[in-house]
Amino acid sequence: MNPSASRIKVQPATESEGRKDYIRIQDFGFWYGAKKALDAISLDVPEQRVVAFIGPSGCGKSTLLRNLNRMNDLVDGIRHEGDIQIAGRSIYDPGIEVISLRRRVGMVFQKSNPFPKSIYDNVVYALRIMGVTDRAILDEACETSLRKAALWDEVKDRLNDSALGLSGGQMQRLCIARAIANRPEILLMDEPCSALDPIATGKIEELIHELKAQFTIVIVTHSMQQAARVSDRTAFFYLGKLIEYDTTEKIFMNPTQAQTEAYISGRFG
Amino acid sequence: MTQPAYDNSAPKGEPWVWFTSLGLIIGLTMVAGLLGLVLINGFSVFWAPAVPTVKLSDGTVMMGQLAQRRVRPDSPASQPKYERQYQVGLRELNGASYVWVEEAKIVQEDFATQTMGLERMENGPAFVTPLAFVDAAGRRVPLTKSTFEALLNEVERASEIRSELNAIQRSKIGAVNAKMELARIDLRRAEDRGESVLEIKAKLAALDMEFNQLRAQSEKVVAKNALAKLEARDARGREVVLPMSTIVRAWLPNDMSAWDRVCLFFSRLREFLFDEPREANTEGGLMPAIFGTLVMTVFMSLLVTPFGVIAAIYLREYAKDGVILRMVRICVNNLAGVPSIVFGVFGLGFFVYVLGGSIDQLFFSDQLKYNNNTPVFGTGGLLWCSLTLALMTLPVVIVATEEALSAVPRGMREASLAAGASKWQTIRDILLPASAPGILTGVILAMARGAGEVAPLMLVGVVKLAPTLPVDMVEPFLHFDRKFMHLGFHIYDLGFQSPDSDAARPMVFATTLLLIVLVVCLNLGAITIRNRLRARYKGASF
Ligand SMILES: Nc1ncnc2c1ncn2[C@@H]1O[C@H](COP(=O)(O)OP(=O)(O)O)[C@@H](O)[C@H]1O
Ligand SMILES: [Mg+2]
Repeated sequence: MNPSASRIKVQPATESEGRKDYIRIQDFGFWYGAKKALDAISLDVPEQRVVAFIGPSGCGKSTLLRNLNRMNDLVDGIRHEGDIQIAGRSIYDPGIEVISLRRRVGMVFQKSNPFPKSIYDNVVYALRIMGVTDRAILDEACETSLRKAALWDEVKDRLNDSALGLSGGQMQRLCIARAIANRPEILLMDEPCSALDPIATGKIEELIHELKAQFTIVIVTHSMQQAARVSDRTAFFYLGKLIEYDTTEKIFMNPTQAQTEAYISGRFG
Repeated sequence: MTQPAYDNSAPKGEPWVWFTSLGLIIGLTMVAGLLGLVLINGFSVFWAPAVPTVKLSDGTVMMGQLAQRRVRPDSPASQPKYERQYQVGLRELNGASYVWVEEAKIVQEDFATQTMGLERMENGPAFVTPLAFVDAAGRRVPLTKSTFEALLNEVERASEIRSELNAIQRSKIGAVNAKMELARIDLRRAEDRGESVLEIKAKLAALDMEFNQLRAQSEKVVAKNALAKLEARDARGREVVLPMSTIVRAWLPNDMSAWDRVCLFFSRLREFLFDEPREANTEGGLMPAIFGTLVMTVFMSLLVTPFGVIAAIYLREYAKDGVILRMVRICVNNLAGVPSIVFGVFGLGFFVYVLGGSIDQLFFSDQLKYNNNTPVFGTGGLLWCSLTLALMTLPVVIVATEEALSAVPRGMREASLAAGASKWQTIRDILLPASAPGILTGVILAMARGAGEVAPLMLVGVVKLAPTLPVDMVEPFLHFDRKFMHLGFHIYDLGFQSPDSDAARPMVFATTLLLIVLVVCLNLGAITIRNRLRARYKGASF
């Protein structure tokens, strides 16, 4: 057992065997123009579990994450091979519209990006663009998602103030509330805590624990402690390849690959 | 302590600081000088100075206010000889309002307290020694210091009667004339088609009677004040009799308190801002020009903003990057550099003749046929002016909008798309609101450029004197087809087209001042709106 891994407190293993795989990534390869960013990734994410993507920067974690809701479609000259299925259906199926896919797969970004609107308008944005105008439904959704994001008590008296007046940690929680307001099935988080102080980070990690009950969560993180604390399964990527994917406990306590061990013990990355 | 010989670094940068600041100083000085010149010359129009009676060595006497003093062009630089220009007024007697005299020839200059200054409806001002006035009832009152108040009351009365007359002639008779015009067109059409004309003829006769009644009424109003007049003597002792109805203002330039002078200043300023011009625009107010400039600028902004924003959205968000897009961008940028008169020619050739001509053919063909081919939209007007300037300022708005759109953080765009918004929803709900301050900056620049532009307007609908305003209480309230007056053109007209250039000179400065103030006000208004928007989208983060 390596010394640095022993300092990391790993969350007790939860059984994922009984659960059906919600996201299936099969032999997925991805190119930005001529540059290959992902190579033959195969990975399954079980329902209502948290999966963490770790690896040195530039290894393709964000690229894979952004493929799950097809955000990479915005980039010119991209190409992919293999397939990604969500709930048994390929996301590249011509019958599936990108917009409806993104409504089912919410996303929280590394840099919090609230809209220059009121807190209320931020939270109900996704509902509004779906055409919901009923004030009661909007109010209800606003409150529940702010509660879920553990922000309700802090902002309930100033829902109509600009979201840009919040603190960094509050903004990121607002973005989480915004992402879950239209009840997506999957929540993607790309280094959601990298710009936050430890207290705000702690709050968001608690939040992830609670959201797990309803959402399937994929989180990219730079911090191995964080991966250990919040995730059930961890995937380690290196240079566009999936090196190892297993329960978090296994990855941190007993990795099978030498590269994984080297990374976890802090020898590179 | 001694400095090492090789260390000469310390003072090196200094000269450049001075050199670069020099550029700024020169620029600022020029702006300050320009504003100062315009301010002093502009405001002096409204100020009433003392009026001397000047005796010359050849025996001539004159009375007037000093307008300019300058070195005679033929005098040697070492011993400059000066000459002065006096505004003597009474153009009908003196031939010209302004007279140059050599300073050396002035033998005496005194400021008689009874000297009176008069502003009149015609023939410029007058400076006289008053004798008596006759009031409306025909009583003759000798003028002394104590009866001056009574004279002022008579002048006030005369101005009330003038506005009464104006109300009848301008609005009522004007309305009847317009109705008659329409009825005549109806008549011609009916005759042409062989329809019954009896009804129309009856209507015309009724209108004719109404017209005659109004004319009689206005004659009665004039008669009310026919007796009132002012008797006076000019500097040379000639008798001058001025009907009261022609007098706008009277003052005693050598016998008034500073407060009276200030009151006179503001009274003239008020007239300048809110009344209509007199005397080939060299006197009176500028209200129609101010109004025209404002209305035109506002319409221009209303036209250019949607066009520019839509074009910019297409260029920035939808168009595929490539050679064509780059060429379009270059063209748009170059459009901003095209001389404005070119837009004027385009406006005349395309908007007025082609578009306006077709509109007339399509919708006003009757009017053309039965009204001696008088065009409605096929001639210059407010709409075409606004459109021409909108076209001219389009690149400004496009460039500003494109920049504002590209300055919206990528994160916001992604957040919206990730929430399941379509591209259009993202543009409408996120990008446009977030770039509104930047777009408004573009609109402000466009307005500043449009409000001051003259050359293209001369071709597409601005006139020296418009009988009506482009917005009034007559249906359809907004008259896009009407010609209108504009401050910029007014300056040009006063400066270069005026029959009495000496009289026009001060007004040129006053009008320039007004144009500057107007543009500054428009910009301040737009800047306030922009800052409000900006404050809304800005917040203290972290
Ligand atoms: N929009 C893009 N265009 C081209 N290359 C990109 C783009 N985004 C990421 N890449 C490249 O793809 C690789 C993986 O990037 P990324 O997924 O962002 O890594 P990570 O999130 O693991 O740090 C990197 O080498 C990066 O340079
Ligand atoms: Mg990344």
